[in-house]
Formats: sequence, C-alpha cells, structure tokens
Amino acid sequence: MELVVFVLAAAMILVGGLGVVLRSHPVHAALSLILTLFGVAVMFVSQQAHFLAAVQVIVYAGAIVVLFLFVIMLLGVDRTEDLKTEPFKVQRPLAVIVGLGVVGLVTAAVVTSRDVVATRGAGIIEPAMTDPDSNIRQLSRSVFGDYVVAFEVTSVLLVVAVVGTVLLTRKVKPTSKESQ
Amino acid sequence: MNNPTSILGLDPIAIGDLIWAPLVIILLKVVVIFVLGLVATMLMVWFERKAIAGMGNRIGPNKAGPWGLLQTLADGIKLFFKEDLMPDRADRFVFKLAPYLAFVPAFLVWSVIPLGGDFSNGKGGIVTWFGHATRVQLADPPVGVLLLLALSSVAVYGIMLAGWSSGSKYPLLGSVRASAQMVSYEAALGLSIATVILLAGTLSTSGIVGHQSSFADWHVVSTGVIPFIIFMLAATAEMNRPPFDLVEAEQELVGGFNTEYSSIRFGLFFLAEFMNTITMSGVIVTLFFGGPQGLFNIPGIPGAIEGSIWLIAKVLVFLYIYVWMRATLPRFRYDQLMDLGWKILIPTSLGWFMLMAVLRLSRDENWNRGLVAIVAAVIILGCVALMSTAVKVSKANREREGAMF
Repeated sequence: MELVVFVLAAAMILVGGLGVVLRSHPVHAALSLILTLFGVAVMFVSQQAHFLAAVQVIVYAGAIVVLFLFVIMLLGVDRTEDLKTEPFKVQRPLAVIVGLGVVGLVTAAVVTSRDVVATRGAGIIEPAMTDPDSNIRQLSRSVFGDYVVAFEVTSVLLVVAVVGTVLLTRKVKPTSKESQ
Repeated sequence: MNNPTSILGLDPIAIGDLIWAPLVIILLKVVVIFVLGLVATMLMVWFERKAIAGMGNRIGPNKAGPWGLLQTLADGIKLFFKEDLMPDRADRFVFKLAPYLAFVPAFLVWSVIPLGGDFSNGKGGIVTWFGHATRVQLADPPVGVLLLLALSSVAVYGIMLAGWSSGSKYPLLGSVRASAQMVSYEAALGLSIATVILLAGTLSTSGIVGHQSSFADWHVVSTGVIPFIIFMLAATAEMNRPPFDLVEAEQELVGGFNTEYSSIRFGLFFLAEFMNTITMSGVIVTLFFGGPQGLFNIPGIPGAIEGSIWLIAKVLVFLYIYVWMRATLPRFRYDQLMDLGWKILIPTSLGWFMLMAVLRLSRDENWNRGLVAIVAAVIILGCVALMSTAVKVSKANREREGAMF
C-alpha cells in the first residue's frame, strides 16, 4: 500500500517538476507546479502528517500559485516564451552549478545519515500514532513554544514586505488641478 | 505505519484488516453519497427556480413531471446533446480540464460532512450496519475542517482557469474578479472556522458535531453568533452566489467565466455551483448548528435515522435562506465587496477569535471574570476606533488625490 502510494506520488512530483522547467508556456508551468505540490501533499498524508498535507494544499496550491497565475494573467505574459534569447547571461551556468550542488548535498546527507534512514520509524513520537489531533498539538507546541521568537520575527518580516511594497508602488499624484 | 487508517480517516470500519464486508460497506457509502449528491442538486435547482418564481409572482417550471420536478433532468439531457464548442483561441487542454477542477472539489466536500448517526449519550455518531461499527459519513480524516478549506481553495482554479483558457476578454475579467474575491474571503472563512475549532478542540468534523450536544453547546450560541454571520457571508462570497455574484454579472461580463462554455462542460459548472450551495449549507450546519444532533427526540424513529432527518431539516432552512438572499438582495459593487471583506469581515473575525481565546484562557486559569471583561472591552473599543480612523484617513487621502471612489 505504502509503496504504491509512494510510486504514484513520486511520479506526480517528478512529472510536475519537469513540467515547471520544460513547459514553455508560463501558465502550463504554474499548473505543473500545482501537480508537484499535490504530490508532496500525498506524500505527507502517507507519512501520517495530515496537517502538513492540508496546509500544503491550502497555502501553496490555494494561495501562492493562485497569486502566480494572477500575476501571469494580469501582466499579460501568458504567451509562449522564446527560450533562445537570454536576457541574463550568467544565469544558465549558475543554475547548473546550483543544481549540481543541491544534488551533491542531498546525496551527502543521505549517505552520512544512512543508519537513521534505514531504521524504519526512527524518530517517531509515540503519541502521534494513537491520538489523531496530536500532529497539530506537537506542531503548535514547537511553533508557538520553542520557536515563538522566530515565528514572530517571520511575521514582522512579512508585514515589512507588505508595507514596503505598498509604499514603493504608491505614486504621489500631483494635485487634481495639474492632472487635468 | 502501514495502517490504512492514515488514508481512509478515522472511521472505525477502516481500522484493522480490510476484508470484504467493510469494503462493500465503504463502496456502498460512496455510491449512495454520489447518487444522493446528484439527486439533491437536481432538486435544489428546481427548488431555487420555483422559490424565486414564487417570490417574483411567477409560476416557475411546471411542465416536466409533477410540479415541474423533472425540469432539471430535462435541462441536463438537453445540455448533453448540445454541440460542444471550443473557441479558436482557447488553450485546449486547460479548457477541458477546468470544469472538472470546479466539479470534483464540490463533490468531495460531501465525504467529510456527517450525514447522520446517533450522537446522543457520547456515542460519537457511530452506528452499526450489518454487524460493523461505522459512521454515517464517508471519511473522517483528522484534518476534516481543513480539508474543506483546501477543497474550496482548489475550486478557485476551476473558475480561474476556465476564464483564462477561453482566450476571450469577458471570461478573463470574470475569472480575475472571481479569484480575487475567493482568495480575499477565504481569510475570513478560515478565521471564523478557527473560533469553532478553538471551542471544539478538534479538527475532525464528527468531533465538532459530537461537541455540540445541546442547544447551548451549538457553536452558533457558544461562539456568540458573530463567527456564524461572518462564515455565512464569506461562504456566500466563496460560492459566488448573489449578492456577491460579480463573477457572472450579466450586464457587465456577458456570462462571466463560463461564457465560452457550452454543452456538458457548462453543465458541470452549473452542477458544481448548485452542489456547492448544498454542501456549504451542510458545512454551516455541521460547524454551527450541531449537524445531525437534534433539539428533541422524535418519537418512534431510531436514533441514527433521526440524525439524518434533523440534518436534512436544518440544511433545508439554509438552502431557503440562500434562495431568499438571491431573490431579494441587489448585487454589490466591486469596491463594496472588497471593503466588506478586508475592512469589516477579516478584522472582526480576527478580533472575535482573540476574544474567544482570552475568555477560554481566563476560564482555564481562573482569572477574575469582571477584570477580563473590562480589559477586553477597552481593547476592543480601542481597536475599533483605530481601525475606523485609519479607514477615514485613507478615504480622505483618496478623495484628495482625486480617485473615483
């Protein structure tokens, strides 16, 4: 059962991920991203992280990609891009380096922590298996307890970003007489 | 780890080995809920047309079947045989995908609404069918209510992509309006649900119903009505129903996001819209009105069936309210809609949530009741004053800069 779910979800994630990179149409790429996010949500469910799965769908698929699509549609860039022209010369070699680096890091992490990965169910907190709401309890204890400062600082950061955006996009209009 | 509970939810029937009998019961539930959903939607369309006709002093559908009951079926068959058009400039794949993205989430909401069962005396809504304990509900995942929010956020895609993929101006405008509206009201929707979760202490829908065992425990009473009103308004906006139906404002946008759709693809949007009305009424009843829990025992009817009767009665009340609102209220203007959502509903629901949290904490910690009430009232008044000043200042600024509204 778990294997079947894993294979299907992994296929969703990979197809979506490839779609994001390879589809030349921005809207199709964004839709592929949704497929990937759903695949990750399925993975979360199969690992009993129901809350994370729901939040993944609500926040990422439901809000963030909607905003992506919004921007794509409103700016009118919803046409096929010509990939031949390169506006920013350095980004392709840089992308190759970063990509290889990430692959290397993930491989290194898996190799060094092989013994933990190999043990089935290592690091699982016992009450999480019996109490259906314990997922949420554990998460909220760590977010609003152990890491409350980091959490609050993040929210301040977001507010700063919003206020800054409003301030930057706001044009001070000349008085109505001059604008006539 | 390899426990099917993780996927099928907390239904006691899904715990343990899945042998034939439970599997058949689950399949039976799926089929029954599917058929029930379609039939209920069919009747809902008839009910809405008939009720609006009555309010408008007309007769309404009266030709197909007794009292015109089969009118929706006739319309459905007609839609099936209509030509399926696709605009030249449409994005073919997305155009075909969009109706399903609208329709499937509408249907899936049914799976987490408790449709009956005996919740009295702490039985938790578990009934016994053919010797197997189960719930009258397709799935009871631990994240129940969040699943509803997730589905409503997926439903945005159906409308948004339908408008965009049509490759035409009015549908695009309609869908941009729709998605802005749905994303804005989702916040108020979530915050008013949070108040309910705060009191119930669980996310699972059957747990929330089980928590409302008497009238004083119904969340509409125990959360103090305000979250219910906010939820009702936000849900109406979320479904794009009147008076918040700017998405398909005929005078401005031809038909909104579904202008270019015809045949059964249009039928799916239509079906999704009406099914959303029913499921949203079901969600309101589940969250605020005790779901299948009744006010008194109906004599002579076993507990499990009684629950379903109560649920249907309560849902019918809300369906009527939605039809009533559609027939009587004029459509909002777009800036009024956004003002209502961002400047009234979201601050109110956030403030109310914090108030409920403080009251809860003061009860748990045995704080002085009177002192807590006074401090809370002062803070609320301060916040209201601050908010209204901010709104006034920004309005004055806009007027000074010569904006239109």
